[in-house]
Amino acid sequence: MRLHRLRDTARPPIALTLEGKPVEALRGDTLLTALLAAGAGPLRQSEFGDGARSGFCLMGACQDCWVAVEGLGRVRACATLAEDGMAVRRG
Amino acid sequence: MMRVAVVGAGPAGVRAVEVLLEAGLRPVWIDEAAEGGGRIYQRPPAPLRRDAKALYGFEAGRATALHAALEAATARAEWRPQTLAWHIRPAARRLFTLHRGHQGVVEYDAALLCTGAMDRVIPVPGWTRPGVTTLGGAQIALKAQGCGIGRRVAFLGSGPLLWLVAYQYARAGAEVAAVLDTTPFLTKLKAAPGLLRNGPVFAKGLYYTAWLRARGVRIAEGITPLAIEGDDRSNGGGDGGGVTALRWRDAAGREDSVACDAVGLGWGLKPEAQLADLAGIPFDFDARQHNWVPRRDAAGRTPVPGHYLAGDGAGIGGAEVAELAGARAALALLADAGLPVEAARVAALDRALAAQARFRAALERAFPFPAALAAALPDAALLCRCEGLTAGELRAAARAEHAPGIAPEMNRAKAFTRVGMGRCQGRVCGAAAAEILAAELGQPVEAIGRLRGQPPVKPMPIPAVEPVA
Amino acid sequence: MTAQGVTARGVAARADILVLGGGGVGCSAALHLAQRGRRVLLLERGLVGGQASGVNYGGVRQQGRNPAELPIARRSREVWGRLGALTGTDAEFSVTGHLKLARSAAEEAELVAYREVAEAHGLPLRLIGRNALHRDYPWLGPAVVAGSLAPEDGSANPRLMAPALARAARAAGAEIREHCAITDFAREEGGFVLRSAAGEEFRAPLLLNVAGFWGGAVAEAFGEAVPITPLSPNMVVTEPVRYFIEPNLGVVGGNVYLRQIPRGNVILGGGVGESEPERRWARPLPEVTMQALAHAVRLVPALAGVQVIRSWSGIDGQMPDRIPVIGPSRTTPGLFHAFGFSGHGFQLGPGLGAILAELMTEGRTDVPLDAFRIDRFHPAGGPPH
Repeated sequence: MRLHRLRDTARPPIALTLEGKPVEALRGDTLLTALLAAGAGPLRQSEFGDGARSGFCLMGACQDCWVAVEGLGRVRACATLAEDGMAVRRG
Repeated sequence: MMRVAVVGAGPAGVRAVEVLLEAGLRPVWIDEAAEGGGRIYQRPPAPLRRDAKALYGFEAGRATALHAALEAATARAEWRPQTLAWHIRPAARRLFTLHRGHQGVVEYDAALLCTGAMDRVIPVPGWTRPGVTTLGGAQIALKAQGCGIGRRVAFLGSGPLLWLVAYQYARAGAEVAAVLDTTPFLTKLKAAPGLLRNGPVFAKGLYYTAWLRARGVRIAEGITPLAIEGDDRSNGGGDGGGVTALRWRDAAGREDSVACDAVGLGWGLKPEAQLADLAGIPFDFDARQHNWVPRRDAAGRTPVPGHYLAGDGAGIGGAEVAELAGARAALALLADAGLPVEAARVAALDRALAAQARFRAALERAFPFPAALAAALPDAALLCRCEGLTAGELRAAARAEHAPGIAPEMNRAKAFTRVGMGRCQGRVCGAAAAEILAAELGQPVEAIGRLRGQPPVKPMPIPAVEPVA
Repeated sequence: MTAQGVTARGVAARADILVLGGGGVGCSAALHLAQRGRRVLLLERGLVGGQASGVNYGGVRQQGRNPAELPIARRSREVWGRLGALTGTDAEFSVTGHLKLARSAAEEAELVAYREVAEAHGLPLRLIGRNALHRDYPWLGPAVVAGSLAPEDGSANPRLMAPALARAARAAGAEIREHCAITDFAREEGGFVLRSAAGEEFRAPLLLNVAGFWGGAVAEAFGEAVPITPLSPNMVVTEPVRYFIEPNLGVVGGNVYLRQIPRGNVILGGGVGESEPERRWARPLPEVTMQALAHAVRLVPALAGVQVIRSWSGIDGQMPDRIPVIGPSRTTPGLFHAFGFSGHGFQLGPGLGAILAELMTEGRTDVPLDAFRIDRFHPAGGPPH
């Protein structure tokens, strides 16, 4: 899954990492947008071996997009604003 | 001063708080989001705020007005954004909250729950692939983040949101691969006279469809989705099994497919009524909406004294209705507390709500929930995306009818199979699971009950240190 | 031979034995009675396993049981070991060991003292000192100072156990009636007459009261009221996380207990919730949930940040001395009781069903039951007025 930036792209850039690898994003992105617009998905694997997940409802209801952020613990990627310097892990 | 708790800052919550403030109260106002506005008028983070016209199209006027009211009300109420109400104890009149990992308690004399709605989903084989989102999710990606869910997006489902989101995507410059409506054109046509009760809404719907047709977007009605296909070689890395195509059978029985890298799907909305459930408000099956809805009167009073409901969380009515209902429920709350309310205002709201209800009935007829489609999910397809449960596993639990230990209703099916037991608590798969179980048992869906709510409303982290009592 | 059951109003369904209550004890008793050739009719007002048997923690634990309960627990453990053969499913019974933990020297002394009790009943326990404990279970928090491991203990899925026994009972010839609430109890010439809310009538010479908390009302209907109160466990489950906690964990004092299943979910409990038995409603208390989580994270610090996804409760019956009422009625020939399990029924149920079947068909059992007699609450003799 790769989100396609269509509008409002003239925003200040921010940099985060996913599993230690750099990810470029824009200020105002949610973590989900930041990671998936950079093509860094999937966000996690199903615990039960039925494939990858990258979010579904994008409104904090489906519980599909959990990721771990250093210092914040586990968060829903769709409901958490990306910030410069965030270190993110899948799942 | 009476302490009122309002949960939710969408259209219903905003108008409710406005009325409470006018009456001289200072409600505690809780919302999960940072900026309020609910889902339909969700406000983007500050760096993305464009003009309202670009964000909301026809709804720009309403959105602007609501945001202005929200802004004014948050300044005067006890506003608590980024706060989840994870449990409620109606007898003790306590709400349990979670704010950025911190537990809290709100004590109240009366509570008004405006908890909104989410997409009603019918699983399709392949629906858990990255790149598949709800229609509401696809819309949020665009409105609040300026993104499409893919480069070439197919939209699937039924209801007004299907056409609106496809239109918004096309307008924003995304490639719309197809709009696939499971409702036959004739069904919608038959409901047209009733839809005309709300001319502007009806006209908008026609406009979106015509606009998309005029631009050559592929449109099919009365279809049956077959599968969302993907690139399984990349599963676990890269795109992680991302979407490559959507396959369906058309109204004439021919198989067809379209290449796409994302799919937005949804079949109307269902109430996010978990808190109402935990508050002990009984639920009834609304056959027209084909949803379980918490019991309330036309003003929003529930059978649990001191507890009121408004907006889509109390039964789907849309944003316009939510604004009216929010104000109406707040007036009911004030009247019940012995505070003065203006009779003419109450009467005007009641008239407006009644008129909206007639339009809503026609809308439900135009876009009936395709229960048979939900019930027909193939055995091998994933049904519960949290627990990794297939449709076949649920059906197996329903067989050998009436023997003890067999699942004769939803909660027993949950106990045996774990359907709806995961992180989302059945929000996503519950509606379809009920159709599958009902069909397997040969019973009407309302006879097999609904998944009971259990706290917490959403996942809640175990605190690292003992909370201070 | 099944008890013939299609009962029009006024036509009685007859059986050799009526079992009142479809929890684990009742379903096991129905199975074992049916295996002994008796015509059994089990009446359950909701769904089998819907209350205490189905909503408890799922501990299959002998360690720490009241000494009076240990003979039943030992017998039951043997039945648990062959549950698969008995019912066709093991109800996810897994012998993980039960590790009881001490968080102070005083608590450690209790572990030491209990080992002697256990030994007298043939229950093997292994005491583990602080260093060995933290070496073998490196995820335990520093608050833990000693442990006692019961290697034969483990856990199972409470949602599956009673229904599995009910299925097996039905296969063995018992009739199981769900959604059948009994409103009238009588003993007439020749036996018991029970009437349901729907007007059905059930008759048998013997009656087994295994109605959990509501068993107190049944006893009262036969003139032997007992001081029973509702007990609602405060239960919580987390999202699935990496599997690392193998043994079922408890603590001296019992303010928290937790286990992890191989799917990854951590199930934990502690304290009690609230209930309204008259409408069969029970719910965990959020204040209690938060306390249990705090206790749990002190035992296993790695649980911090793991998400709780669900909590629940149900209704069991609790006696003042925290052991059940088991045995024949003192007022009514042919009536037998087994209720008020005070949170201990899940492990005891399968074996106790077999013991009750023995008692009701042979008039005797080798398992000592005197401590559980129903008239123990009135030492002056005779029921209160």
